[in-house]
Amino acid sequence: MASDALSLEGIDAYYGDSHVLQGVSFRLGEGHLLGLLGRNGAGKTTSMSVIVGLLPPRRGRVSVFGKPLQGLPPEMIAATGIALVPQGRRVFRNLTVRENLIVAARPAPKGAPTSWSVEAVFQAFPRLGERHKQSAGVLSGGEQQMLAIGRALMSNPKVLLMDEPSEGLAPQIVAEVMRTIRRLKEQGLSIVLVEQNANLVVDLADDVVILNSGRVAVDKTAAALKSEGIDLHQHLGVF
Amino acid sequence: MNLWVILAINSVALGGLLFLLSAGFSLIFGLMRIPNLAHGSFFMLGAYLGVTFLRIGTNFWLAAILSGLGIALLGGIIERLFLRRLQGQELAQVLVTLGLSFMFADISLMIWGGDPIPLSAPSALQGAMQVGSIVFPSYRLAIVLVAAVIAAVLWIMIDRTRLGAMIRAGVDDAQMARVVGIRVSRLSSLIFCLGAGLAGFGGVMGGPIFSAYPGLDGDMLPLALIVVILGGTGSLVGTLVGSFVVAFLYNYGQALFPELAYVILFLPMLVVLLIRPQGLFGRLPT
Ligand SMILES: Nc1ncnc2c1ncn2[C@@H]1O[C@H](COP(=O)(O)OP(=O)(O)OP(=O)(O)O)[C@@H](O)[C@H]1O
Ligand SMILES: [Mg+2]
Repeated sequence: MASDALSLEGIDAYYGDSHVLQGVSFRLGEGHLLGLLGRNGAGKTTSMSVIVGLLPPRRGRVSVFGKPLQGLPPEMIAATGIALVPQGRRVFRNLTVRENLIVAARPAPKGAPTSWSVEAVFQAFPRLGERHKQSAGVLSGGEQQMLAIGRALMSNPKVLLMDEPSEGLAPQIVAEVMRTIRRLKEQGLSIVLVEQNANLVVDLADDVVILNSGRVAVDKTAAALKSEGIDLHQHLGVF
Repeated sequence: MNLWVILAINSVALGGLLFLLSAGFSLIFGLMRIPNLAHGSFFMLGAYLGVTFLRIGTNFWLAAILSGLGIALLGGIIERLFLRRLQGQELAQVLVTLGLSFMFADISLMIWGGDPIPLSAPSALQGAMQVGSIVFPSYRLAIVLVAAVIAAVLWIMIDRTRLGAMIRAGVDDAQMARVVGIRVSRLSSLIFCLGAGLAGFGGVMGGPIFSAYPGLDGDMLPLALIVVILGGTGSLVGTLVGSFVVAFLYNYGQALFPELAYVILFLPMLVVLLIRPQGLFGRLPT
């Protein structure tokens, strides 16, 4: 369907012999935010790796705006407009803050509503601007998270994947990250937000997918989820 | 003129040549983790290519540049054909590059024969320049100048450009670099070509001093190894300092204790390996 920003259909992915994703399918509508939930080891990060091309699936297909990504290497998939804020941030530690941004820069497609540049990122995250000459390795966890988000935005993506951006951060920084995500959604970006903490997602998301042992256990709109009062604990374990 | 001064001048010139040789070795090993034992061959083949270009009447500098380009191309072919498939398998890479270096030795013996072939320096630089009571051989001075320019260009390229930042990003986290859209494997090829080309260029630059001869490859490789181990892999400053340290050790060692020349050369390397394995200027992997 043309209005899907991203779709996974019947993905089977393996690490060696271990069958980590088993027939995973879900869709992200254009301009929507999809909350992807699941407990430790459910396969959330693996799904991200499949989408960005780091782990080619054995079966199934991933499409962006209807265009299949089959067989493309990560650097070509990046060019189709997908960006990842990876779990653990993975900033380039020996590069300066500014260098982390410029290596990922890609011009915005024609007619895009927003256009990100180093200056725009520094405006959104003033802390980064203040520290632009420092090595990313010496930043605090919160600053590295901002940098990882800024780096992803520098490619002017159409689809943004965020893998547990709140992990290991202090509550007020988590709140700032969440405000940023809300703002990006309001600008029309299509977003997959991976979280273990369901409470952070349910208010922000249009749709929610819950993975359990490599399978989709729940796929509902956030509204339906709230009105039905599904027992999230059953799928996510106790927090 | 005083022996010490002559030795010092020769050492500075040798240091410049060693930098041209080792910068590429250090880039290739520091950034791509490939222990390229064919690096001495690149230097020797560069010198022989220079011989051929000079024989057909090419100008010296053009010959040096063309030889550098030729060796860069050869390096690119080797990287694509062999080393790319052996990514991360250092022992296999050692064996492949060592094997290639033996093959290159045979092939050059066949093409250029077994006698040393001197390369003549550009005629404008064959004399000497006198400053006060000290006489500088012009060509050796030129070597130092060229090495300094190349060091500066390399430093700017790696440390001050977007291309350099992309290369360093690939070294930091190759997977993540690909995910943000950097063509890491293309940059690796570029680095390998650049490193090989510098060695080839250095071979021609060294030609008027060493000549081109069978065994030049084996004479140069250990020197590059020592330079890079002393200075630290992947560190340009380290390579620069290491080149001059090794050049002085080499010349003075040979003049003062000729029978211990190799001890004087390799002992500092062993000490550095034991005390500071990352080299004097190297960084430990983070
Ligand atoms: N590189 C790898 N090699 C082998 N197995 C892996 C690898 N990475 C993950 N796994 C396994 O695959 C399964 C799914 O892991 P994944 O990282 O996708 O989980 P996750 O949902 O992201 O968990 P978390 O919330 O802890 O990040 C787990 O059982 C994990 O142990
Ligand atoms: Mg994960």
